[in-house]
Amino acid sequence: MIKRMLQTAGFAGMGAALVLTLIQAIWVSPLILQAETYEQAASAGLSDAHEAGEHHHEDDGWAPENGWQRVTSSAAANLVVGVAFGLVLAGAISLRPPRKLSIGLLWGLAGYAVFVLAPSAGLPPELPGTQAADLHARQLWWVGTAIATAIGLALIAFAPKTWLKVAGVVLLAVPHLIGSPQLASPEMLAPAALHHEFVIATLLADASFWVTLGLLCTVLSRRAAAPGPFTSPQQEYA
Amino acid sequence: MSTLQSVSSTTTTVSSARSGRRVLNACCVVSLGAVLLYFAGFSSLPALHNAAHDTRHTAAFPCH
Repeated sequence: MIKRMLQTAGFAGMGAALVLTLIQAIWVSPLILQAETYEQAASAGLSDAHEAGEHHHEDDGWAPENGWQRVTSSAAANLVVGVAFGLVLAGAISLRPPRKLSIGLLWGLAGYAVFVLAPSAGLPPELPGTQAADLHARQLWWVGTAIATAIGLALIAFAPKTWLKVAGVVLLAVPHLIGSPQLASPEMLAPAALHHEFVIATLLADASFWVTLGLLCTVLSRRAAAPGPFTSPQQEYA
Repeated sequence: MSTLQSVSSTTTTVSSARSGRRVLNACCVVSLGAVLLYFAGFSSLPALHNAAHDTRHTAAFPCH
């Protein structure tokens, strides 16, 4: 059982990470590198770099050099994130195994809503050189929003009673009513046009990642659960 | 208790145990995913942050 889920998560995560890495290398990373040139220019003219809301990789331990090192380390990180989200999705769909590919697509879109759309509604994807509120406060809000959205969507989709579905809708709204941590007057070093393109690029890259993950998790979990010659029908999805 | 009731009760118990195990397995797998996610997306260790920097920005995790 667990072995099946691990296999499903591993292979689906690898496939989705491959898609993410390709889009990242072609579209997203060049935008990040471009934003970092504004950071470097700003740091050259400022005595206190931290006031510009920037970060120095060199001062903070090992960092991959631009080029193949950075591409490789991003690909490895994408793989870890792919397998991690694959584990979350494979675990969730094992409770309600999708029989159709279209339902698997919905699972993928639900993951996209939980881990990308809902958190991004309060904390949009940010380019390097963007000032933002305290990191731990933002991480806490991100995690709380993802959990509330996941429970809310599960209630709306699976709860047998209407009042529970209504509670699900309320849960979706709660993090946004509380509000994400924000600075009073945030500064952005990169031009607004670059930031807008980056937001679109990340949202589309993440959508491709989640759609791939949802479809692959469905296909692989169905294949893993398919009854073999010595498996009784009752063992399916057990 | 009739034989029919006994069989029905046993079936319910087996089904309930199987369902409980399925939920436990799912929780274990999701927890493992959450741990991996923490290291890739949320850890403040400088080397991990730098290695996963572009991934954190692409996946819309809070980064800096």
